[in-house]
Amino acid sequence: MMRGLLNKQPSLQLLNNNKKLAKKKDMSAHAVDHAVDHHDDHGHHHKETFVTKYIFSQDHKMISKQYLITGLFMGIIGIAMSLLFRMQLAWPDHEFTIYEVLLGKWGEGGVMDPSVYLALVTIHGTIMVFFVLTAGLSGTFSNLLIPLQIGARDMASGFLNMVSYWLFFISSVIMVLSLFVEAGPASAGWTIYPPLSALPQAIPGSGAGMTLWLTSMAIFIASSLLGSLNYIVTVLNLRTKGMSMTRLPLTIWAFFITAVIGVVSFPVLLSAALMLIMDRSFGTSFFLSDIYIAGEVLHNQGGSPVLFEHLFWFLGHPEVYIVILPAMGMVSEIMATNSRKPIFGYRAMVASILAIAFLSTIVWGHHMFISGMNPFLGSVFTFTTLLIAIPSAVKSFNWITTLWKGNLQMNPAMLFSIGFVSTFITGGLTGIILGDSALDINVHDTYFVVAHFHLVMGISALYGLFAGVYHWFPKMFEGKLLNKNLGYVHFWVTVVGAYGVFFPMHFIGMAGLPRRYYTNTAFPYFDDLTDVNVVITIFAFIAAAAQLVFLYNFISSMFFGKVGPKNPWKSTTLEWTAEVKHIHGNWDGPIPHVYRWAYDYSKLNKDETDYVIPGQDFAAQHIPLQDNEEEMNH
Amino acid sequence: MTAFLVVLVIILFGVAIWQMGKIFQLSKSKQDDTAQVANDKDNNINGWLMLGFTLFTYLLLAICFWKWGDVVLPRAASEHGPGIDSLMYVSMALIFVVGFFTLWLLGYFSFKYRGKEGTRAVFFADNDKLEFIWTIIPVIVLAGLIIYGLFTWTDIMNVDTEDDPMIVELYAYQFDWRARYGGEDNTLGEANVRLIEGVNTLGVDGSDPNAQDDIVVNELHLPLGRKVLFKMRSQDVLHSAYMPHFRAQMNCVPGMITQFAFTPTVTTAEMRLDEDVVAKVDKINGLRRAKNQNLGPDDEPLEPYTFDYLLLCNKICGNSHYNMQMKIVVETQEEYDAWIAEQATIAATLKQ
Repeated sequence: MMRGLLNKQPSLQLLNNNKKLAKKKDMSAHAVDHAVDHHDDHGHHHKETFVTKYIFSQDHKMISKQYLITGLFMGIIGIAMSLLFRMQLAWPDHEFTIYEVLLGKWGEGGVMDPSVYLALVTIHGTIMVFFVLTAGLSGTFSNLLIPLQIGARDMASGFLNMVSYWLFFISSVIMVLSLFVEAGPASAGWTIYPPLSALPQAIPGSGAGMTLWLTSMAIFIASSLLGSLNYIVTVLNLRTKGMSMTRLPLTIWAFFITAVIGVVSFPVLLSAALMLIMDRSFGTSFFLSDIYIAGEVLHNQGGSPVLFEHLFWFLGHPEVYIVILPAMGMVSEIMATNSRKPIFGYRAMVASILAIAFLSTIVWGHHMFISGMNPFLGSVFTFTTLLIAIPSAVKSFNWITTLWKGNLQMNPAMLFSIGFVSTFITGGLTGIILGDSALDINVHDTYFVVAHFHLVMGISALYGLFAGVYHWFPKMFEGKLLNKNLGYVHFWVTVVGAYGVFFPMHFIGMAGLPRRYYTNTAFPYFDDLTDVNVVITIFAFIAAAAQLVFLYNFISSMFFGKVGPKNPWKSTTLEWTAEVKHIHGNWDGPIPHVYRWAYDYSKLNKDETDYVIPGQDFAAQHIPLQDNEEEMNH
Repeated sequence: MTAFLVVLVIILFGVAIWQMGKIFQLSKSKQDDTAQVANDKDNNINGWLMLGFTLFTYLLLAICFWKWGDVVLPRAASEHGPGIDSLMYVSMALIFVVGFFTLWLLGYFSFKYRGKEGTRAVFFADNDKLEFIWTIIPVIVLAGLIIYGLFTWTDIMNVDTEDDPMIVELYAYQFDWRARYGGEDNTLGEANVRLIEGVNTLGVDGSDPNAQDDIVVNELHLPLGRKVLFKMRSQDVLHSAYMPHFRAQMNCVPGMITQFAFTPTVTTAEMRLDEDVVAKVDKINGLRRAKNQNLGPDDEPLEPYTFDYLLLCNKICGNSHYNMQMKIVVETQEEYDAWIAEQATIAATLKQ
């Protein structure tokens, strides 16, 4: 009633009323207010304090920046850790003072302790998978782009969005704090298989370090669920007029389906974490049975570590799609824009996202072919796993066809998108070896696996993240652009470094070298692989150095970057029609309506004499259909 | 104090740069500009680099093969090993063909269609026929691969007890392995970690008649050509019994018994004469000789290395995970019989 009345008021009146309203209502109701009246209403301006603007902000743009910066910070830690353990693997006999400086008692005399090596690989994996590539990637761009690209003033619930970020922040803090506990952080691998993760007698990191790990992850899952629910509701309910599901940009499809996968699978990891907490602290036996350790028999009986593996991978496998799908969506969008062509096969792209999402929930067993589960299950999981290659192949071919006869604008975002397709192909193809149970027997848990998943979901998703940052930086920092020449240096050094790291790793894996070995020279059998490890480490340092260029570019452009045109990449999507300056509510005037799909690049008029809009090779989504134009049937 | 000064210098340096940046900023106009958007020059340079990058990818792979191709897939020493290897070669061939082809298209298109002012991109949004073709081709290829893979897998994993395999228990604990042979009756006695006491480190039930002739050893000997069925147990945490030469791996899970079977086909002695193995051993010994020349006065020189099959732990199990392995010896039936006759049975061990 009240709102209906308000909508009819002239905008000045509205602002006054709104101020009164804001006093009456609490913060969350106020945010909902923005979201609900998103069609005919004007943006609201009201005073913001430092705290509400930069810290407890409910504005999706600010939250997205918070996610990105937290994610980048965690990424720096994760990459620094990988350099430390790469040094150890390349030169196991050398003493490096840096170990003592950074690792304290675990690096005494410049020699890395085996327990800290395991801790480093564990925390590196956890941070990169969850904190950087889930929260840092999906959290950043879902938050930034969902409201802007569907034409909404904000997320469905700004308050939940804020809570989601702050839970993520708390979980990051706990994860970082866990590095400082006396016995060391969690060191049972990022998969934290019990009994190793359940018993402090088995490894020192399974004491307080593991408790903090589990606490941090439980909070992280809560954060992820709140975020995902918000994304789903926003996409379903707050699309502007004319934005039907079939007109959604592929970014939004990807974020939407990612959120659905998250809601389906993250709770299972939460239950696994809770059961593990029970086993560790309250004497239950979900995952423990018949254990003799440190000179005594434990009371636990009847549990099974294999159960944990099932629960873990029921999330763990969809998790890699949670990481890669948003990157795929952004790459599709960036490729189309910079090719000045529509994405090839829009419907096939959406269908393959759906197919991947469905299949991703029924393939987890391919991580467990040799776990001791029934071999028949292995057959089933081989079948479902290899099926994923089909939608993946369709996507790759469609990306390549999108480039065909385009007018490719080689912006850094475009380069990273092409790089993404490259690593997705090279990393994805080896999946047909690992997904095949018979072949997995021999390469399971070797460096072949490390090479495979780093290329297909680690490096690819990172490229997606970089592509997104280069492309949407102006939407995050009020029109400023990243420096393109630094971007080129960043890209070319990174791609050479990344392949230099991971190509050779396939070979040492095929030679039978197990992963998670503190040193490969404890016994002579693998001594002949020492030189490969040195090469890998050198490339790792080169690739990491390139990230410093990015970091410098990011920070300097954030403060001193040049403001570019309002729509620098000449893109069709709605976010480029929103205000350059960050205002609460995104559009100063009414929200634009949508009249076409998101990929009318280089579309010609009926007579094929010129583009639909003469002299301009794109028709943005909010431009009504022209007289001499045929509508794309979407 | 030094640290404090260093931090102070860094902070002041940062402030100086910040201020200089601000001054620099003020001297520039604040208009919209497209300086940071790719122009034709960038498109041209990066298009060429993309082509170069594709060639770099091929070159890198070629170099890897040239330098390290010989370490990949050491000669298989079990009956099912060549089966896995041929499936591997088929998959690898497929990967190389598809990878080569798609990476070339990606790189070449990025180069060929690099942007130029005034070029008109082709509006090409859909083609059902094309999309059908590249859906159906993967479907057919994968169907073949799945069927091939499943036959291989079932052959390996389904153990036919009518083959009368030799029963051997692999027992894993932090951080070593033990093997227990079924003895003359080829049957393992019951065991549980709750029965671990004194010399009975595997928790074998001493009252079980089947256990009396069991033999516990710390070096795995296998007779040539006899099928072995391994029963895996773990005492504490997850371990994984990985025998790369035999293309065999299975986790050892506390609380349950897992199994894996294979037939060894190449004796240790024969494998030591294999061309690749000789080359590998030479390389390792070269490295060891080089190390021996740089020894300190107190260090003991390294012994020359001779090849042996290994059972490796391949599931993270604790701090010494990296150094948890057991020697495997494959020998003729006569050699094996002679060796096993010298080992003490459980009954004899427990009596002591």
